[in-house]
Amino acid sequence: MEALIYLIPAALFLGLLGLGAFLWALKSGQFEDLQGAAERILYDDDDEEPAPKQKDDADHKP
Amino acid sequence: MGQVTTAEAKLVAGGGAAKGEDRATTALPGEGKEVVLFVENMRCGGCLRGIERALNALPSVATARANLTTKRVRVTGKAGTPSTEALVAALAEAGYTARPFDTRLIETDEEGRRLLRALGVSGFAAANVMLLSVAVWAGLASDMDYATRGLFHWISALIAMPAVAYAGQPFFTSALQAIRHRRLNMDVPISLAVILATSVSLYQTVRGADDVYFDASVTLLFFLLIGRYLDHLVRAKARDAAQNLLLLRATGATVVGADGSLQFLPVERIAAGMTVLVAAGEQLPVDGVVAEGQSSMDTALITGESLPATVTPGDKVFAGTVNLAEPLRIQVTQVGEGTLLAEIARIMEAAEQNRSRYVRMADRAARYYSPGVHLLALIAFVGWIVAGAAWQDALMIAAAVLIITCPCALALAVPVVQVVAASRLLRQGILMKSADALERLAEIDCAVFDKTGTLTRGELQLIDDQDLNDSELAAAAAMAANSKHPLARALVRAAQQRLGSVTAATDVVELPGRGLSRSLPEGEARLGSAAWLGLDQGRESDSPELWFARPGQPPIRFAFEDALRDDATQALQDLAKRGVPAEILSGDRFGAVRSAATALSVERFAAEQGPAAKIARLECLEKEGRLPLMVGDGLNDAPALAAAHASMSPSSAADISQTAADFIFQGSHLSPVLEALDVARRSRALAVQNFILAGVYNVVAIPLAMAGYVTPLIAALAMSSSSIVVTLNALRLRSSRDPS
Repeated sequence: MEALIYLIPAALFLGLLGLGAFLWALKSGQFEDLQGAAERILYDDDDEEPAPKQKDDADHKP
Repeated sequence: MGQVTTAEAKLVAGGGAAKGEDRATTALPGEGKEVVLFVENMRCGGCLRGIERALNALPSVATARANLTTKRVRVTGKAGTPSTEALVAALAEAGYTARPFDTRLIETDEEGRRLLRALGVSGFAAANVMLLSVAVWAGLASDMDYATRGLFHWISALIAMPAVAYAGQPFFTSALQAIRHRRLNMDVPISLAVILATSVSLYQTVRGADDVYFDASVTLLFFLLIGRYLDHLVRAKARDAAQNLLLLRATGATVVGADGSLQFLPVERIAAGMTVLVAAGEQLPVDGVVAEGQSSMDTALITGESLPATVTPGDKVFAGTVNLAEPLRIQVTQVGEGTLLAEIARIMEAAEQNRSRYVRMADRAARYYSPGVHLLALIAFVGWIVAGAAWQDALMIAAAVLIITCPCALALAVPVVQVVAASRLLRQGILMKSADALERLAEIDCAVFDKTGTLTRGELQLIDDQDLNDSELAAAAAMAANSKHPLARALVRAAQQRLGSVTAATDVVELPGRGLSRSLPEGEARLGSAAWLGLDQGRESDSPELWFARPGQPPIRFAFEDALRDDATQALQDLAKRGVPAEILSGDRFGAVRSAATALSVERFAAEQGPAAKIARLECLEKEGRLPLMVGDGLNDAPALAAAHASMSPSSAADISQTAADFIFQGSHLSPVLEALDVARRSRALAVQNFILAGVYNVVAIPLAMAGYVTPLIAALAMSSSSIVVTLNALRLRSSRDPS
């Protein structure tokens, strides 16, 4: 039973960590556009240079 | 979308055709550094990326962030507010149509965030308390000692109490409001169950008793918050859709100054007595009297008539009509509140009162459910006291009754059905604009259709063109290409289809109300009305027509019709099969309505109906105990759309009609009406099934709870399993096949 002395605080700490992460994500607006977020991951916008023309044409254009 | 307030009507009264970007240049006070644009055709991740790229490439833009869910882009400038015209132009070049929003009118979704925060907190608490509870339940059967159990209860209490105090707030505030208004809603028994269970458990913990209900109260909150959040999601989506429509309408007009100077002013700064210039193709933003010029006005959206009316100086013109031929100068008589459009908005508002009294199925059920549950808990409490139990035990049993009867079928399953239904409809191009619309649509038992633009395509087409030879058609179309009159445009379209291309003829003069004249070397060619060509046959033609006369040749007649939508007959038949007879209420002439009714084999029809007459007919139907569905697109349908039990508009409808309708469907077919009806009815069937499931569950569980056999473990199992069963049942809507 002695194990409980650190297991319970550890469980609670991890739980609070998760809750904190969720609240932070919520506050920083990550739940504002779930549809957009699902699509954004497919695009690699980190590079400053515009992507090759060819790739642009593959994108959906209305 | 609740009702169109007068403030919204004012916005709507602005009309749609004037260019939105001009409006933004006359910057209104209170606008910050940020510009929000609504991009109508933002549909996928590719669009999202294309839009952000196009905007970020502009030197004046610091950041551009697109939101695919709301179809809005937030743009911040490097120095001051970025120029809206530049942004709109950049997007237009990339292939997107953007329109600016008035940022002051955009609300943030604070309610949604609050619910999500509560959901996170209750989820954390539920998981951790359950962890401890499972250990306690296991320990009851094996070797957990008294002290350890006490410690676990205390830890549970420390987690559950702040969590309940925080995450329970959405329910507590709503319950308090209901009690203050001397009503009972679903949140009253929920709040009572949660508060009672938590406080009795605390007492038990202090006392060192075996059974505590902390896990039940936090999991109850967690489940119910999921339902509450889903419900909010449907409402927020519906509200955004309505807002997107509404906010686009803030427009303006070109005002002619005393010195002849032209200035573009937003509609709220236009006053009676000013003169505005309305170019060909523009929609009138105000009511007025024609001061100068002669033109044809397309009044289809106002009256439902498919043919334009001719106006000359001195004639009254109304906001919402479209100037087709020549520029007009119009003396403004009324603006905003005083316009015909605002008048229609007022009739609409009155008509909508009827609908706002509608009570949702879950709330109706709660009216009977809540008092029943309270009564049962009270009986259990009093009964056990009388039977000689300690008051703590009696209270514990009463709390168990409240927990076990938790209305999860109402509070969780109904929102799940609605979320699934709304997303299914959206995939079919049907936009749901109000959260309770689905329930109302499921109840309708007759349908009223407008003709022009709803049953028909709202576009004139040339008929019997087999008899015409190509050269005649080409010659007439070459003249017609110079005009914006619907008949002329229909002629050009027909010629393009048959001949490939049409070259516009030169030296053509348009005489509004008569036709087109072209001077040829051998004389004058005329394309226009029979009267103007001197061909009065003494009878009024049933269908719209144009006559074409060339020097030395017999006149030729072009007849037009407003063709029915391809599947109109089929759709009405299918509706009848579902027990929904249709009728037609149109503002058009009798002959035109009769021929459409005959073609569709609809027995009941009425022609030349104004907005008030349409409402009267709907009221008459409602007096007979029928619940009508209104499908219409014109401005004259808007009040009827608001008055009907449920309503739908095609996406080509007048702005104000789209604002009034519950559903907006896209495409050139009527089948979305059927699809929406089927989804609505299926949702209702699932909701009823869930009520029955919940009923069966309660019949079994309540006697057990009242008899005191429900331990915290049984309560937790029963509650979770009933919630999961109703939710899984609700999700069946997603997998059910298309009935058609």
